[in-house]
Amino acid sequence: MTDHTLQDENTISLVSRRRFLKLAGISSSGLVLGATLPNIQPAWADTATESGNATLNLFVSIAPDNTVSIVCHRSEMGQGIRTGLPAVVADEMEADWNLVKVIQGLGDKRYGSQNTDGSRSVRQFYDTMRTMGASARTMLEQAAAQLWSVPVEECKAGNHRVLHTASKRSASFGELAELAATQKVPAEETLVLKSAKNFNYIGKPVATYDTPDIVTGNTTFGQDVILDNMLIASIERAPVLGSKVASLDDSEARKVSGVVAIEPMDGGIEPPLFHPLSGVAVLATNTWAALKARKALKIQWSESAHATHNSDAYLETLKKRVQQPGKVLTQHGDVNNALANAKDQHSAVYSVPYLAHAAMEPPSATAEVKENHCEIWSCVQDPQSVQQHVSQALGLEADQVKVNVTLLGGGFGRKSQIDFAVEAAVLARKLKRPVKVVWSREDDIRHDYYHAAAASYFEAAMDDDGQVTGWRQRTAFPSITGTFKNGVKHPNNGEMSLGFADAPFDIANRQCETAPAEYEARIGWLRSVANIQNAFGICSFADELARLNNRRPDEFLLELIGEDRQFNPSQGKFKYANHGANWKKFPLDTGRLKQVLKATAEKADLSKLGDHARKSGEGWGIAVHRSFLSYVGIATKVRVEEGKVRILEMHCVADVGLAVNPDRVEAQMEGAMVFGISLALMGEIRMENGAVVNSNFHDYPLLRLQQCPNMSVTLMGQEHPPAGVGEPGVPPVAPSITNAIFSACGERIRDLPINKHMQLV
Amino acid sequence: MELTINGKVHQVDLDDDTPLLWALRDELKMTGTKFGCGAGLCGACTIHINGNPARACLTPIAAAKGARITTIEGLSDAGDHPLQQAWVKHNVPQCGYCQSGQLMSAAALLAANPQPSEKEIDSAMSGNICRCGTYPRIKAAIKDAVQFYEGGNSND
Repeated sequence: MTDHTLQDENTISLVSRRRFLKLAGISSSGLVLGATLPNIQPAWADTATESGNATLNLFVSIAPDNTVSIVCHRSEMGQGIRTGLPAVVADEMEADWNLVKVIQGLGDKRYGSQNTDGSRSVRQFYDTMRTMGASARTMLEQAAAQLWSVPVEECKAGNHRVLHTASKRSASFGELAELAATQKVPAEETLVLKSAKNFNYIGKPVATYDTPDIVTGNTTFGQDVILDNMLIASIERAPVLGSKVASLDDSEARKVSGVVAIEPMDGGIEPPLFHPLSGVAVLATNTWAALKARKALKIQWSESAHATHNSDAYLETLKKRVQQPGKVLTQHGDVNNALANAKDQHSAVYSVPYLAHAAMEPPSATAEVKENHCEIWSCVQDPQSVQQHVSQALGLEADQVKVNVTLLGGGFGRKSQIDFAVEAAVLARKLKRPVKVVWSREDDIRHDYYHAAAASYFEAAMDDDGQVTGWRQRTAFPSITGTFKNGVKHPNNGEMSLGFADAPFDIANRQCETAPAEYEARIGWLRSVANIQNAFGICSFADELARLNNRRPDEFLLELIGEDRQFNPSQGKFKYANHGANWKKFPLDTGRLKQVLKATAEKADLSKLGDHARKSGEGWGIAVHRSFLSYVGIATKVRVEEGKVRILEMHCVADVGLAVNPDRVEAQMEGAMVFGISLALMGEIRMENGAVVNSNFHDYPLLRLQQCPNMSVTLMGQEHPPAGVGEPGVPPVAPSITNAIFSACGERIRDLPINKHMQLV
Repeated sequence: MELTINGKVHQVDLDDDTPLLWALRDELKMTGTKFGCGAGLCGACTIHINGNPARACLTPIAAAKGARITTIEGLSDAGDHPLQQAWVKHNVPQCGYCQSGQLMSAAALLAANPQPSEKEIDSAMSGNICRCGTYPRIKAAIKDAVQFYEGGNSND
C-alpha cells in the first residue's frame, strides 16, 4: 500500500495500514481508506499564527470481525460531532451504525486544521465524508465481484453486507475487508453518491454515540485522566495580565501533607497567546492537598501596566469613543448628507460587558515528558495548537508531541486556547513525572480568554414617510488579534465580518466604522464571538426604529432588508470573510433571511408584536441574524411586572441548510437559547485594578432549570448545503429579549446584562 | 478510613477534611462524579448519602463515614435506571459533564416522590447547572421516566 498524498484535493487514497493504526491507536486489519481534503482557510487566518494551508485527512477501516472504525478528527464538546460525521460515512458506505466504532483522532497536522471552532465541522467535511463512504462502498462491491467472478454492477452493498441477487450470494463487510483493501481506489468522478431518499442516517435523528457512557459515568473528560505516579497541580496565577511573581513564601504551603513540590511558573508574556500565565504551582499527590496548600502561599506580584484597568470605566470610555468620528470601514452613498437632510434622526449606544465561557468542566491537561517526547491528554478544541505550543515550550518538534483528545465538558471556544496544556507539559518536564493540571472554577472565571467588552453606536436618518435613508454604525472592542500581537486597537477584518459590516440592509447611504479599544485582558473566542455584540446592537436599533415609526418590527425589518438578493458587503480593503466559505456555495441570501424572519414573526402573537408603550405586562420581541452561514430568528415572550422580568416563551427558527442530524441541530439551538439567555440576563465579568472580580457561579451566574422558559425549534432550508449549527443560535437571543421587554413595558435596555436594570423572577 | 460506596467497602488514606469528591476521583479512581465548582453551586458532583442528594465537593469524608454512598457508577447495575433510560430516549446530554449530577439529583427526587409536579422538579433540579442548556430535555426526561419504572432497576 502507498502512503496517502496531500497534494490533490478530495482524492481518496489507500494509506499504509501501519500508519493508520499508529494514527488511530487501534488494532485492525482490512480495508483502510484515507481521504485528502481541500485546503481550508480558517476564519481567523489573519490573526492566528498557524498556517492556514494544511490539508485534512480522515480514515475508515474495517476489521475482519465486521467492525467499521471511523476516525472523528474533530473535538466532541456536546455538539454531537462524534456521531454526526461518522454517521455520514456509515450511511454512504451502507455500514450498520451499530457496528461502527468511533475513534478519536490524535492531533496530527496531516489532518489539516483540527481546530473545532467556527461551527464548521459538518459544513466543511460533509461532502468529503460522503465521498469517503462511497469509495469504501465501491471497493467492497469490487471485492465481492472479484470473489464471485461476477460484474461489479451486479453487486450491491446494503446493511453492512454486499449482495449478489442473481446467485443469492452475500458476504459481510468483515469477510470482504482484506480483499477490498487490494482494490484500486475509485476515481472520485466515477463514484455514485446515494440519493437522499435512500439515506439511512443523514437527515435522521441518530442517537448520540456517547450517551450510554455519559449516563453511567463511564466517560473520560480532561479532568478525569489518571496516570500512574501522577501528581496533581493547582496553580495560583497572576491576577493581572502581564504581572509576574515578585516574591514567594511557600513555607506554610510545604507543610500540607501530600504536597510534593512547589514550582514558580514563568509567564507575564505579552502578547499573551497561549503562554502559561506567571504563577506558582503546587504539586501534590491529590487535588485537595494541592488546593489547600495553594491557599497557604504568600506571593507578591510585580507591577503591570494593566493594573489601571477597570472594566466599568473602560466600557464608559468605549461608549464615548463610538460617538466620535471613527475609522471608516465601508461606505455607501453619503450618510452625512442623509443625516443633514433627514426629517427625523435617531441614535443609540449599546454595550455588552466582558463575558466568561464557564464550561462545566474547568480546563485540565495531563502531560508526561520523556526524552524527546511529550504526551498530552486533554480536553482541547485544537490538538495541533497543543503540539505547536508545547513543542515550542519544551524545545521539541511538533511531531514529538502526541496529543490525545478526551471528551470536552463544554468548550464554547475556551478550549481552543490551550494555555492549560502548555502548563502541564512544562510542569511534567520539571517534575520528571506525569502531571495533571486541574483548574478550579475560580481559576476558570478569573483567567479566561474573555469575550470582548464592546460598545456600539448607531444613527439613522428617516424621511417624511419613516423610510430609513441613512444609517451609520460604529463599534469599539478589544480585538482577539491583541491576543496574538501587541498594539492592536481596532477590530480585525474577520470580526467585522461577524454580523457587523454584513448587516444586509438596503439603505442607500450607510457607513460602517470602528473606534479604538485598548487590549487590557486576555480576549478569546466565545460561542458566536463578535456576533454577540454586533447582533445585539443592530437588532436592537432596527427594533427601535420600527417602534419609533409605529411599525410592526417584522414588517419594518422586511423593508429594511429589501429585495431578495445576494448581499456581498466587501468593499475596498474590507474583504468579507464569510466564515471562510465559498461565496457561490454560501452567499449571504437575503431571501433566506426574510423567510426565517417571517417564520419567526409567526411564532409570536402578531397582534401584539407591534405593541409597546405599556407600563407593564407581557410583550413579544423578535430578532433575526445570519452567522456561520446560517439564518436564525428568535421570538421571545416576556412578562414584566413591578420591575421584575421573566421570560415566558422562546421560539427558534433556524435555516442551517441540511440538518445532518436534526435532533442534534435542535439540541444546539436549545442550548444556544439557554446560552443567549444567560448572557443577556446575567452575564457580566467585571475587572477592578486589572483583576477579575467574579470567581464562581454565585457571582457569575448561569441560567438554571427553573428559569428556563418553554422553547421550540423549527428547522427550515433543508434543500441548502449544511451550514453552521453550534454558534448561530446565540446572537439573536439577547436582542429578542430586550425587544420583548420594550414591548412589554416601554423600557429600552441598551446595556447588558438585563439584571443591572431589572430583577429576574 | 472506611467508606461504603455503591455497596462496597473501600479504604481511603486521606485527611478527615478531604471532600468526598477527591476521595472518589483521586483515591478510588471513580471519576463519574464530576468537579464543577468546589463550592456546592453547580451540582456536578451530586451523589447520594443514605439516599439523599449531597454535594461531594462539600462533604468531608469524615462526615460520610458509616453512611451508604451511591455514585453515578452505582445508580443501577446495568445502566437501566428509569432515568438513565429516559435520558437515552430523550437524547438529553450534550457534552455530558454535568449529567452525572443531574441524574443523581433527579434520582433522589423520584425515589422520594415518584410523581413530582413541575414545581417540585424545578425545585429539586435548581442546584444543577447545565451550561450546554439541556434543561428542556432534562425536564421532559424526568416526566417521562415514570414509564420506565417497571423495566428499570435502581440500587438506591
